[in-house]
Amino acid sequence: MKVLVAIKRVVDFNVNIRVKSDQSGVDISNVKMSINPFDEVAVEQAVRMKEAGIATEIVIVSVGPEKAAETLRTGLAVGADRAILVQTDVVTEPLAVAKVLRAVIDQEKPSLVLLGKQAIDDDCNQTGQMLAGLLGWAQGTSISGMVTEGEKLKVTREVDEGTQELELSLPAIATVDLRLNDPRHPSLPNIMKAKKKPLDTVTPESLGVDVTPRMTVVKVLSPAQRQAGKKVATVAELAAALKFAMEAH
Amino acid sequence: MAALVFADHDNATLNSATRNAITAARQMDGTVHILVAGNGCAAVADEAAKISDVDKVLLCQSDALVNLLPENVAPLLVQLAADYDFVVAPATSNGKNVLPRVAALLDVSQISEISAVVSADTFERPIYAGNANAVVRSSDRKKVITVRATKFAAAVNGDSAAPVDEIAYSNSAGISTFIADKITTGDRPELTTASVVVSGGRGMGSKESFDLLTSLADRLHAAVGASRAAVDAGFAPSDSQVGQTGKVVAPALYVAVGISGAIQHLAGMKDSKMIVAINKDPEAPIFQIADVGFVGDLFEVLPQLTATIEKN
Repeated sequence: MKVLVAIKRVVDFNVNIRVKSDQSGVDISNVKMSINPFDEVAVEQAVRMKEAGIATEIVIVSVGPEKAAETLRTGLAVGADRAILVQTDVVTEPLAVAKVLRAVIDQEKPSLVLLGKQAIDDDCNQTGQMLAGLLGWAQGTSISGMVTEGEKLKVTREVDEGTQELELSLPAIATVDLRLNDPRHPSLPNIMKAKKKPLDTVTPESLGVDVTPRMTVVKVLSPAQRQAGKKVATVAELAAALKFAMEAH
Repeated sequence: MAALVFADHDNATLNSATRNAITAARQMDGTVHILVAGNGCAAVADEAAKISDVDKVLLCQSDALVNLLPENVAPLLVQLAADYDFVVAPATSNGKNVLPRVAALLDVSQISEISAVVSADTFERPIYAGNANAVVRSSDRKKVITVRATKFAAAVNGDSAAPVDEIAYSNSAGISTFIADKITTGDRPELTTASVVVSGGRGMGSKESFDLLTSLADRLHAAVGASRAAVDAGFAPSDSQVGQTGKVVAPALYVAVGISGAIQHLAGMKDSKMIVAINKDPEAPIFQIADVGFVGDLFEVLPQLTATIEKN
C-alpha cells in the first residue's frame, strides 16, 4: 500500500521561546527549527511498514515556507521515497492544511495517511481529524500501536482513562502518539542519498486550495511567570509545607 | 441562537470536564444546551439536566453512538449545529477526537483548548507548551471550540432540572468499530480533578520505587502523576502522564518527585496553586518554579516524609 505522511517544520522542542515585546507573536528568527517530534514518529512508522513489506511507497508532504524543504529532506533521509512541498508563506491553520492534504491525497491516492497527533508550536491537535472528516475516512487518533490486517487497520489509542482498541476500514487516517515507536537517526550516507530523491514543489493555489486564515491573532502574551520559592532543609519543614497547602484549599 | 456543549461521558456518568466546558460556553452565549450521545445513557442526561447553567439537554441514543466514535458522532453534531452559534466540548480525549472532525465538516477553523473567553468571537489559548498565550479572533460564522478544564470553574447543580429532549438519529458510517478498552482503574482521586497530585519522574528509578510515591499519595489523598520519562521507562501507566501531550492539571498542591522540570512537563502543571519539588539536583529547572524545594535523595526523603505526615 502507498502511505502518505504529513510533516511540519517547527521550533525545536528544546528551545525556550520568547514572546516578542510588541506582542505580535513568538520570536522564531534565528532559533533552531526541526521536524515536529510527533511527525518524526509518523515517518518512522511508515518506514517500518515498508521494511515489513506492508508499505510499497512512502510519500511525505509538508505545507509551509521554502525552508520546510529541509524538513522534508530529513524525512527522505530516514527512508521516505518522495516528497512534496506545498509552499506558502501564509501561517496556515489546521483547516487549511487539511484541505491542502486532501487535494494531495486526491492525486496520490494513498491507503493510509499518518500525521502527528499535534504540532508542538500551535498545540492544536486538529489536522488529522479534520482531514478524516473532509475525506469521509475513519480516524485513529493518538495511536500507540497499529497492525494492518488486509483492508483493515487495528489501532491502539492513548485515551484519558487508559487505552482503546479500534478497527478501522482502509483508507484511513492515523495520528501518532510519542509511544508508537522510537524514531531512528538518519545516517550520513542516507542524508547524502536523500539529496537525490525527488522533491516536488507546488502551491496551494495550484491545488485549488484557499489557505486564507479564519482567525486573526490579536496579540500573543507571555504567561505570568512563577517565581522560585524557598528551599527547606529538613523533612519536618517539608511536611509542614505540605500540611499548609492541604489546609489552605 | 445558543451554545451546544458536547458532553463527554462513559455512558454512566458525566465526565466532570464537561462542567468546566459548560461554564466556558455560558460566557460565550446566554443559552446553553448540552448533547448527550450514546446508548443507555439516560442517566447521564438526567445528571446534565441538573446543572444550573444548562437550559436544555438533547439526548440521542443509538448503537452507532456508543463509545462516541467520531465517524458516527460528528455528522450528528453537524446536523444539530445548524441551530447553534457555538459548538463546545471539553478538551478530553473524546472532545479532542470528535470536535475537529465537526469543524471541518462545517468548514470552520477550530479553536483548541481555550483558557479564557475574551468576547463572543475572541478567545485566549496557550501555544508552545504554554510558554505563550495567543489571543485569537475568529471570523467564522460558527465557533467550534474545545475548553481547557483547569481554566474554568465547574458548573454546579441548580434547584431545578432542565428539560430533556430525545432526538432520533441512527446513522452509522460503518467504517470504524470499537473493539475493547483497557481502563486503568484505581481507588485514587482522578488525576485531572484531584486537589492534590504527587508525581514521579525519571529519578524514581524503577516501577517498584513508585510504591514510595503511592504511599505518600495515600497519606495526602492524592492522585498519582508521572513525567513522560517515567512513563516511557515503564514506571507508570501512560494515562498518568502530566504535560503538554499528556494531562493538564492545576491542583491546590502538586508534589514533583525526581522530576527535572522539562518545558513539556511544566506545561501540564505550572498553574498548580502550590508546587513542591523534591530533587537531588539543586540545579534542576523545577526549582525555578517551585514554591517549596527540597534538595535531597528521594529514597531517603519519601519514607521519612510519609512517616512524618502519618504522625501528624
